[in-house]
Amino acid sequence: MSVEPLWEVFVRSRRGLSHTHVGSLHAPDATMALRNARDVYTRRQEGVSIWVVRASDITASSPDEKDEFFDPAGDKVYRHPTFYQVPEGVEHL
Amino acid sequence: MNDLFAYTLRLGDDALIAAQRTAEWIAAAPQLEEDVALGNIGLDQLGQARSLLQYAGEVEGAGRSEDDLAYFRDEREFVNLQLCELPNGDFASAMARLLYFATYQQLLYDELRSCADETLAGVAGKAVKEVAYHVDHATQWVLRLGDGTEESHRRMQAALDALWPYTAEMFSSDELVQRLEVAVDPSTLQDEWERRVLAVVDESTCSRPVSSYQHSGGRSGRHTEHLGYLLAELQYVARSHPGATW
Repeated sequence: MSVEPLWEVFVRSRRGLSHTHVGSLHAPDATMALRNARDVYTRRQEGVSIWVVRASDITASSPDEKDEFFDPAGDKVYRHPTFYQVPEGVEHL
Repeated sequence: MNDLFAYTLRLGDDALIAAQRTAEWIAAAPQLEEDVALGNIGLDQLGQARSLLQYAGEVEGAGRSEDDLAYFRDEREFVNLQLCELPNGDFASAMARLLYFATYQQLLYDELRSCADETLAGVAGKAVKEVAYHVDHATQWVLRLGDGTEESHRRMQAALDALWPYTAEMFSSDELVQRLEVAVDPSTLQDEWERRVLAVVDESTCSRPVSSYQHSGGRSGRHTEHLGYLLAELQYVARSHPGATW
């Protein structure tokens, strides 16, 4: 029945990680969206921080543009750092 | 009946009956998100009820468990506030009740967490954060409904008015709370409660409720006609199949 705007919810699961999209919900305004997000998406200790963004404020790439957006990267293997020799014993690389 | 048992039972019964009414909203709230929010709030209240009734059973020393106290007492043995047992009504009523009751619980638990009884202080310390969120949730809705459409304002005002005559009972002092050292005398909470609740009412553009009559009786087992039906639903399974486990 809801005619309220749709909000996308991003949750940071713990300090040091980035916010990750977890889903969406309806709410009349940003304050309520944040509270709804707390209730719907963090009730099992999933997060320490929440962002909500009005879905209509997101500018998204279109499936129609898929070819020119993403295909050209497909055959450029030299963009991957796979040609470096990693010295033995180096950690956290 | 020892004083600590009687006092703990009051706190536990308030939480239990409030939890049952809140749970009735699940799958009936105006939006899915609110179903989940009220589910969370009801479970917070039920968690408080369980801890309190379990402790009440312990201090009574008659071998009664939390389940015995919740499922095998009759209406007149319940000592909850009448505010908690009233039927849900519309969503504005639910938010008005939550604002009134959770603000009271917040002030009460805040005092209780520094009381000399370790268990009560522990339960209150955990619950005070839960009820702070309940207050916030109710506040957000009272503001939006009060300052919303003409219809939502009308309903919010009606709900605030209808439940106001059940608020004085929360603060009525009696011999028990004066005699029992760990108890919080609820009359000491009333001024701050009014200040907080009326600040929300003012901001919501509703007018302050007034009432020349205030109901009472819950603390001595005298209830509205609604509690019996609530208990029938709450207790039916446990009484039909006593001792059943699953």
